[in-house]
Formats: sequence, structure tokens, C-alpha cells
Amino acid sequence: MNDRNNGCASEPLIVLKGLKKAYRTPAGDFYALNGIDLEIWPGEFVALLGRSGAGKSTLINMLAGIDRPTAGEIWIGGTALHRLSESKLTQWRGREVGVIFQSFQLMPMLTCARNVMLPMDFANRYGTPRRQYVRARELLDAVGIVEHADKLPSAVSGGQRQRVAIARALANDPTFLAADEPTGSLDSRTADAVFDVFQQLVAAGKTIFMATHDRELASRVSRVLHLEDGLIIEDMRLASPVEGHDLVAKMEA
Amino acid sequence: MWRRWKRNGAAHNGYGLNGAAQSGLTSRAIIDLRDVVKVYETPAGPFTALKGVDLAVERGEFLAVVGKSGSGKSTLINMFTGIDHPTDGEVIVADTPIRHLDEGKMAEWRGRTMGIIFQFFQLLPTLTVVENVMIPMDLAGMYGLSERHDRAMHLLGQMGMTEDANKFPAVLSTGQAQRAAIARALANDPPILVADEPTGNLDTRNAEIVFELFETLAAAGKTIVMVTHDDELAQRVPRTVVIADGLIVDEVRR
Repeated sequence: MNDRNNGCASEPLIVLKGLKKAYRTPAGDFYALNGIDLEIWPGEFVALLGRSGAGKSTLINMLAGIDRPTAGEIWIGGTALHRLSESKLTQWRGREVGVIFQSFQLMPMLTCARNVMLPMDFANRYGTPRRQYVRARELLDAVGIVEHADKLPSAVSGGQRQRVAIARALANDPTFLAADEPTGSLDSRTADAVFDVFQQLVAAGKTIFMATHDRELASRVSRVLHLEDGLIIEDMRLASPVEGHDLVAKMEA
Repeated sequence: MWRRWKRNGAAHNGYGLNGAAQSGLTSRAIIDLRDVVKVYETPAGPFTALKGVDLAVERGEFLAVVGKSGSGKSTLINMFTGIDHPTDGEVIVADTPIRHLDEGKMAEWRGRTMGIIFQFFQLLPTLTVVENVMIPMDLAGMYGLSERHDRAMHLLGQMGMTEDANKFPAVLSTGQAQRAAIARALANDPPILVADEPTGNLDTRNAEIVFELFETLAAAGKTIVMVTHDDELAQRVPRTVVIADGLIVDEVRR
């Protein structure tokens, strides 16, 4: 864990220390996360593998600031998320992280561009609606669907909706994107295209943490974590897609 | 079960469906499609998705639209939600001929006139449930700032979601997420709710809960149009139209 993915960075972007999350159940406390220690460096593209129920979504939710740990520390960009008040956490979430889920979660009544403008609106950024609209179009252009900017989500395909969701996640220019099964409801060709967008974002300096079931995609990132029963049981840095393919193939399903 | 619907001479008065014709003379339909044709240009040539559809939905009606995929039912929905425009014919919703609305006006009109609910949940992941319900009020500038939270809580209460108001969508069950989406669709108290396969992603028990919520809303005067594959649910709706090959081929009233 001491080696660095990016020689330029002197500080990790994300530090998790002894992170635990317990849920109360009638049968007693269930630990979805059972003591996670992890450092993520700026510019890393991390894939999180693991079975359903392994704790992947819980970990993503912690990193996105939409759930709180039971114990342990979570630092992102020097901010101690575990210590933030609810209102500070809301503010942090709106500005510092982009979140992408499996099911797109676009507002059906708003055009694609208006969906992308929402986080700017919430965070009071990028000035007038006109300027926000121009920025939304630029982001939609960056993910290759600017021609659909003024359509409603129901008028575009699943892959295009996920690109809108990515553009929305980028609205406030966060350094870090958390993605939970972002290609889970896409066919493989469309999933590939969405993955290409992620790779371009990493090349442009973003840090991405992505939970996925797709081992083929996982073999093409820079680092793979394997979560089981709330613990990280493997942590591999991948030098190349070929090596990645071999290593991920060896991992237990 | 299905009563054959025969297109009759009254079809072009806008209240063309038998039973509605008389009552339609006194209470104008809230959704009124007149001889609507939609043609898509494809690389293989023009494809006619709607071949002249007349449909009048009265205020307070609960209507189910059924049909196979490719039958034209999504195209039909897109016509009166203003998502798409007809090639020919007239679409009048809540007294507004929607062909006259530009995209900016359309968004404003849609926000006040209808709530839309889809099969998959459209809650914004970084906002709590109650914040999600408040978004349409914020966007439309409806209700006073201090009133919005109370109203959102009231709507969540109606959906049996009071306890979940401050949770994030990621920790909700699919049934809860759909109920939150319905609360949000009701945010600006629109007269029309359009639900596209609203129970398609739910187990039987949750589908039942959502369906009963629609029944309650219809009884309270909302106009509800629900597209569904679920024949059993469709048979419990007061009025069902069947679409095949771009035409309404059957209609049943109960």
C-alpha cells in the first residue's frame, strides 16, 4: 500500500482507517464493512470487485458521503467526512464528489441538459442559467451526446442516459467520481463505450472508484480491490491490460 | 372480456370513444388526441408508429394503456407528454394545444401539468428522499420556500414514507424508491399523472401497494394514465385501451 500510482502526488486523495459499518438486524449487528484500511492516490482508476452482499455498495456510499461509518475514519481531499455535520456533508457531497449509479437516476421531467444543470443549481455555481446551460452542453459534448441535450431522458437510449448521468456527475468538476455498477444495466458494446468515457476522464486527471461485477472491465483499470465479507482481501495494481486480464482471471469469483 | 371498439362517426369530434361522447359534451377531456399520426424516418424508409389515433381522457379518469412492445404505446405517451411531436393531428392537454409550445414553454407547462413516473427510479442519489420530492417545487418556483419541506413531508406521509424522508435513495427498497418517485411526481399537484410501467420492476406485494396508491389518487380526482404489461392490474383499471400496430384496437370500460 506504500507504493504510489502517480509519482506527482505526495498525498493520497482518499484515506480510510479502520472503517466499519454495522447495520442492526433482528439477529444482531451485521457488519457490512468490517475494518477497511485503504489509500487511493490522485488519478487512480480503481475497480471494486466482490459478490453481492460483500459490502461494495456500502463502501461506495461511504465514499460518496451518502452513508456514515459506525467506526473508523474517512478522509477525502483532506476533509474528515466522519466528522462533518449533516449540513456540511450535504455541501461537501454537492461539490466534491460525482456519483453514478446503475440505474441512471435522471429526472424524467427535465431535458438532459437540465438534468446536468441541477447540481450546479444546488451548489450555486457557474452563474446564470444561461452559463450553466452552456457548461451542461460542454459536458454533454465531452461524453459524446450533445445532440441530445434538449431531449427528455425517455427519448434517448440506456447508454445515452448513462452518459447524461456521467455528465451530471461532472457538473461541479469534482476531483473524484464514485460509480456503483455503472455499466450494470447496459449491453456489452454500450458498456464499453461508457467505460471509454471513464478512461478519458482518468486520463484528464480524475480519480474514479467503481464497483463492478464485470471482470473484463475490471481488468482494464489501474487497480483492483476485492471485497469479501466487508474486508479487502486483495489489492492489485495493474501495469497493463494484458497483465490485468491474467490477474483478474485468477481472482476468485 | 374485451369489448371490440369500433371506430365510429363521432371519432373526430374529439370525444370519439362511445361512452365518453355524451359526458364529453359537458366536461372537456383533459387529454385529447385527434387523428394523431406519427411517422419516423428510418434508413429503411418511413415507419408509421401511430396511424391516426383518437383518444379522449376525461378529468379524473384512470386509464390503462396496454400493447406489445413496438405497438406504439410509448409513442402515444410521448405525444401527450410533449416528449415527441405528431407528424399530423392535434394534441390538446389541459386546454393547451401543445404543438404551439416551444421547448422552454414546454418544460414549464409539463412541470405544472403532469407528473411522470417510470419503471426505473429516477431519484437523485446525492439528495435525501425529502429533498428529491422538493426539486419540482424548486424548479417551478411553486409554493413558498418554507412551505416546500412541509408539503414534501405531507406527500411522503401519503405514500407511507415519513420514516424514510431523510434517507438516501441508495438505502431504499425498490418499492420505497417507487413510492418516493410518486411523491415527487405529485410535488406541484399536477392534474395528470403518467406512469410508464410503474410496477414493472416491483414484486407483487409492492406492485399492489403502488397500484392502490394510484387508485386512491384517482379517487381524489387525479387523471392517471398507466402503461402496463401486467394484464391483471390492467383489468382492475376502470378503462383500458389496447394498442396494436399504431392503432387503438380495443377498449374496455368497467
